[in-house]
Amino acid sequence: MSNLQSLSLYWPELILSGTILLAIIIDIFSESQQSKKVSNLVALGLMLTLIAVALTKHSPTTLFMDALAFDPFASFIKSIVIVATILIIVISRNSNEFEGYHTGEYYVLLAVMVFGMFLMASAIDLVMVYLSIEVVSIMSFILAGYLKENPRSNEASLKYVIYGAFSSGIMLYGLSIIFGLTGTTKFFEIKDAINALDGSANLALTLASVFVLAGFGYKISAVPFHFWTPDVYEGSPTPVTAYLSVAPKAAGFALMIRFFNQVFVDGASLSGMGWSSTVSFSWPQLLGIISVITMSMGNLIAIQQSSVKRMLAYSSIAHSGYMLMALPTISSEGVFATMIYLVMYLFMNLGAFFVLIYVVEKEGGETFEHFNGLGWRMPIVGFVMTIFMFSLTGLPPTVGFIGKFYLFAAVINAGPAFYWIAFFGALNTVVSLYYYMRVVKAMYFSGEPSDVIAVPSFSMTMIFLLLAIPSVFFGIYWVPVLGWVKDSLLLFSQVL
Amino acid sequence: MDSLQTYLFISAILFSLGLYGVITRRNGIAVLMGIELILNSANINFIAFARFGGMNLSGQVFALFVIIMAAAEAAVALAIIINIFNNLQTVNIDEAQQLKL
Repeated sequence: MSNLQSLSLYWPELILSGTILLAIIIDIFSESQQSKKVSNLVALGLMLTLIAVALTKHSPTTLFMDALAFDPFASFIKSIVIVATILIIVISRNSNEFEGYHTGEYYVLLAVMVFGMFLMASAIDLVMVYLSIEVVSIMSFILAGYLKENPRSNEASLKYVIYGAFSSGIMLYGLSIIFGLTGTTKFFEIKDAINALDGSANLALTLASVFVLAGFGYKISAVPFHFWTPDVYEGSPTPVTAYLSVAPKAAGFALMIRFFNQVFVDGASLSGMGWSSTVSFSWPQLLGIISVITMSMGNLIAIQQSSVKRMLAYSSIAHSGYMLMALPTISSEGVFATMIYLVMYLFMNLGAFFVLIYVVEKEGGETFEHFNGLGWRMPIVGFVMTIFMFSLTGLPPTVGFIGKFYLFAAVINAGPAFYWIAFFGALNTVVSLYYYMRVVKAMYFSGEPSDVIAVPSFSMTMIFLLLAIPSVFFGIYWVPVLGWVKDSLLLFSQVL
Repeated sequence: MDSLQTYLFISAILFSLGLYGVITRRNGIAVLMGIELILNSANINFIAFARFGGMNLSGQVFALFVIIMAAAEAAVALAIIINIFNNLQTVNIDEAQQLKL
């Protein structure tokens, strides 16, 4: 589509940019420290954007001269990102971590990051891939270091900026080699050009793909590109940590699915099964190995943590590994399972982090000791945390079980060549049971049972229930999610 | 001298120097300089491929975008390092060690 025509399908992004500009202007003229006005405006703008995403319907096409794809898959990822952002805005307003800081820009930065993730979800051009990853990264650097006076937050942002810039630099070098081999920056032209290459370019192509994988791996924190994750997650303000563990990860997976399934696979339409990789370099095996190492490493190190925040950081690495499990199958079933898991993961992971935010505020710390006896002192908080821990482990009847079920089903249906991934996945689920249950054990079996019962404020209770109820409800009756994902499983493809 | 290979060699050397700098330097600003080298090596690749490959302008356009993004990234990174210096009186990334690895 030409540039002007594209604008008619670009409503969500236009509304979002309008919101960002308006929020900046209002923030400049607002006097108060805790800019409730700006956060209200950004939340309202995001809701309008969500409505626009839902209402903008068109058959899959490309926007802005083949730079972006417009398809249900992109809209699906955009919706997940917006929902996560709205929840984070609500929890940030209820958190005391930002006391003494001017928070107007905080909400503006969140909105800019959403814009970057919109681009990530729909990029089908190498320039757009690099630009969107950088926009999201630069915003996250600032957000991680938002507490300027806090040395831990400073250190988190320093480590983040160094790892982030380094990985995107390496990815850029890989992209430049791909550009040199194929002479184009568009995904579909690249696919055709790669098919036409003779064997002499294999080494260069493999090298370039590994370099590009470094950039994607950093975004979804897959081992061996995960080194920043624990430190950044621990040092950042907790709402930012919760955000980083969900939204950019979803966008990163979207980008990865698009890149690998549309550049390296023949028959890139998601209509049928039985695709095959068109490049000699065996990237499905490589992704499988990365997935297994990621989940094992995340789980094994999570066991040893004494801080719940750091434990959740490693657990989010492990969950990246689970989600990666289905990508090597190169089937629409694998993409389907990953998409379901992204929805389920949104509820359970944000829920666990929100409880952590509340506990840090009330108990003054984030170690397992601070959770001792919590189930007796704050029954509601203890109960919802138990739900989230069960869900993260993958026990029925929670959303975690449904998500894992589809992932394992996709891997096993893909044939005996992938059984080993499912085997390690199952083994890891058992390992993860230990450290998730440690939280539950601390809450109910350690510490002194007390007679004084604390109930969280009304708004906090609502937030907890908003996440806990879907965590159980979709674990019992998940047809709505299934239907939504099925409708969204349509990637733009181009037959040249 | 005026061939694609020369430029690719130069870019590969720049890339390796950048990699070496990022891994060995402990001074935050020196690490950033290494990252700039990596970004510029990719830029040389883009321009060289576009110039010698007989391709369209997308290589040059890509390089322009990279320059803009590198500037934005450097601005944010330097701001973060200045902030670290204000709080810890050092720009050595090894001395920022409150979070255990």
